[in-house]
Amino acid sequence: MIRRRWRWASVRRATWWLTLGVAFLSWWGAAHVQAATNFDLEDQVREIASELRCVVCQNLSVADSPSDLAKEMRNLVRELVQQGKSREEIQAYFVSRYGEYVLLSPPKRGFNLLVWGLPFLAIAAGGAVVYLVARRWTGQAPADRPVIDPAYAERVQRELKDREQQ
Amino acid sequence: MTWKKLLIPLASVPLILLLAYGFRTDPKAIPSPLVQKSAPDFRLKAFDGGEVSLADLKGKPLVLNFWASWCYPACYEEAPLLEATWKRFKDQGLMMVGVDIQDKEANAREFLQRFGFTFPNAPDPGSKVSIDYGVYGVPETYFIDRLGRIAYKHVGALTPALMEAQVQSLLRGK
Repeated sequence: MIRRRWRWASVRRATWWLTLGVAFLSWWGAAHVQAATNFDLEDQVREIASELRCVVCQNLSVADSPSDLAKEMRNLVRELVQQGKSREEIQAYFVSRYGEYVLLSPPKRGFNLLVWGLPFLAIAAGGAVVYLVARRWTGQAPADRPVIDPAYAERVQRELKDREQQ
Repeated sequence: MTWKKLLIPLASVPLILLLAYGFRTDPKAIPSPLVQKSAPDFRLKAFDGGEVSLADLKGKPLVLNFWASWCYPACYEEAPLLEATWKRFKDQGLMMVGVDIQDKEANAREFLQRFGFTFPNAPDPGSKVSIDYGVYGVPETYFIDRLGRIAYKHVGALTPALMEAQVQSLLRGK
């Protein structure tokens, strides 16, 4: 009987601890998940805002600008993200209001392709020029060198051979 | 051999053309994608306690002006013109609404009093309406026709000639 009562007590104590543990874990888990979603949200807002131009600044993104309008734009981006809008939808909204000018990197199509393509084209053209010039220099060099007298060349060969034989 | 000598001048022609195009355009003149499109709706609480919304003004031509008390001198220059235009054309059905952006209420009220604005003016909390209209500075003015389309957008202080022309065109239009 005594043993049984002891067992009951221990079961009750274990249950109590278990409940406490579960309560703590669920609280900790919830707090953690909350923090994680907040972190994700701010990350997302930052990512989207960093691609938008602060329209009242000189070459600053909405994410980096301390101006009031940029702050309001960040708030709006946050609100739209919370409403479940995708990055593309948010960008499209800002483009529909401010034009493509609001995007810090111009979309890769139409006339804009020039901006993306020209630097590589210039590098390729420069490389071609360097290649052609270098080839001309190295190609011309032997022609400028004086032709060696065949008799003299023959003598050098002979003497070298003699030296090897010694 | 001669075509090789021509290669460099020929190659630089497109570059010169591109630069000529780039330098002749004004980088600060950014066309609004909203012009000729329907004006975004707004609903704001006016300084006088009433409510102003685009939906309520449908069917009437509207001059929508964005201003701020800290916008000196441009907003101060055009303010008397706004009030004078409102007084002159309101009987012909013209509407005028002022939206005050990123301002302190006391300063804004002082501005309203100074110029004796009698048309509805409202602050824009969170700059939501300003962003919706693609405003990037003050003053900016939108001329919205009876069908609720943005007919014209002006950046900077309005001149009497421009104001007159745009308002007349709005009143003439459907």
